[in-house]
Amino acid sequence: MGRFHRHPDGTEHEHDHDGGHGHDVGDHSGYTETGAARVMVLENILSENDRVADENRRDLRAAGVRTVNLMSSPGAGKTTLLRRTLVELRDRLRIGVLEGDIATSIDADRLEGLGAAVSLVNTDKGFGGECHLDATMVRAGLARLPLADLDLLLIENVGNLVCPAEFAVGEDARAMVYAITEGEEKPLKYPVMFRAADVVVVNKIDLLPHLDFDLPRFLANLADVNPRATVIQASSRTGEGVGAWCDWLRAAAGR
Amino acid sequence: MHELSVAEAIAGAVNRHADGRPVTSVLVRIGHLRQVVPDALAFSWQMITTGSELEGSVLEIESVPATVACRACGAESTLDMPIVACSQCFSRDVELLTGEEFTVVSLELAEA
Repeated sequence: MGRFHRHPDGTEHEHDHDGGHGHDVGDHSGYTETGAARVMVLENILSENDRVADENRRDLRAAGVRTVNLMSSPGAGKTTLLRRTLVELRDRLRIGVLEGDIATSIDADRLEGLGAAVSLVNTDKGFGGECHLDATMVRAGLARLPLADLDLLLIENVGNLVCPAEFAVGEDARAMVYAITEGEEKPLKYPVMFRAADVVVVNKIDLLPHLDFDLPRFLANLADVNPRATVIQASSRTGEGVGAWCDWLRAAAGR
Repeated sequence: MHELSVAEAIAGAVNRHADGRPVTSVLVRIGHLRQVVPDALAFSWQMITTGSELEGSVLEIESVPATVACRACGAESTLDMPIVACSQCFSRDVELLTGEEFTVVSLELAEA
């Protein structure tokens, strides 16, 4: 743990080591010189969320369920891809879907009747509608799913390219759906999300002849921020690439 | 949006550690790769603490640049873009040294 000290200009901070800057200035004689009490915390900002996420993961694994957190911007095609996925895998895997949306049950309704257990979590109870699922919301949604009867849980996160990437929910893997209508530069503009993904489904690939989209440039931008991600080109409208995506999910589920 | 969620998470950690005592300032350390805008976070802090026990407390944000050490050429460089690569030889075989910090460092309490 570092020591706090104050510089003549009034700034103060603590150090874990001496690499930060030269220290010929400033008062280093004690932990506080201000008279006020300082409480060291040194805790990850999201530690409470991560603790609950670990509980979720433990419960899911104990029930034999593998979990994929599915993230994208709004309108990238997550729900349409999920519909295809459920049809494709209904005879092979027992799938649950935890559906996160700021408001309405529209997406959850679209997934009914496809053989999957669906649990809806609306996030609008909080401050104007949370833009992501956090571990506590997912924990509440898990209680409404028959975990013992599932092989794979797909968590459809709230459509948003920033916030969901920061909040672990107890998943084993993270999948991202990206639509080519979003432009080539998105990995550079939203690196937290693209860095977090284990697999990126490059969706709406059927629109390629109709767009000015530069696919090689997008793939290079993606490799720049995340060289490890598996890339699957797909169209949830035509079904192209959905088989490869389902294979990836089956591998993630260990079946 | 992101900053609002982060501010709420910070307030949760602060409240746990302050244990009811009055807080005057909070120091957080956040790496550039976290994509947090300091002004937006400060604004969010003000907004979510208004009317709470933390009202009036100052959020001090220490921003940490993203730096990498190259395994190929040994150079250390600071990243301007979120591309995790060596700025000298452009190798991607690098170790991330800093830039992912996301820490509540300390609280300052008012004198009793």
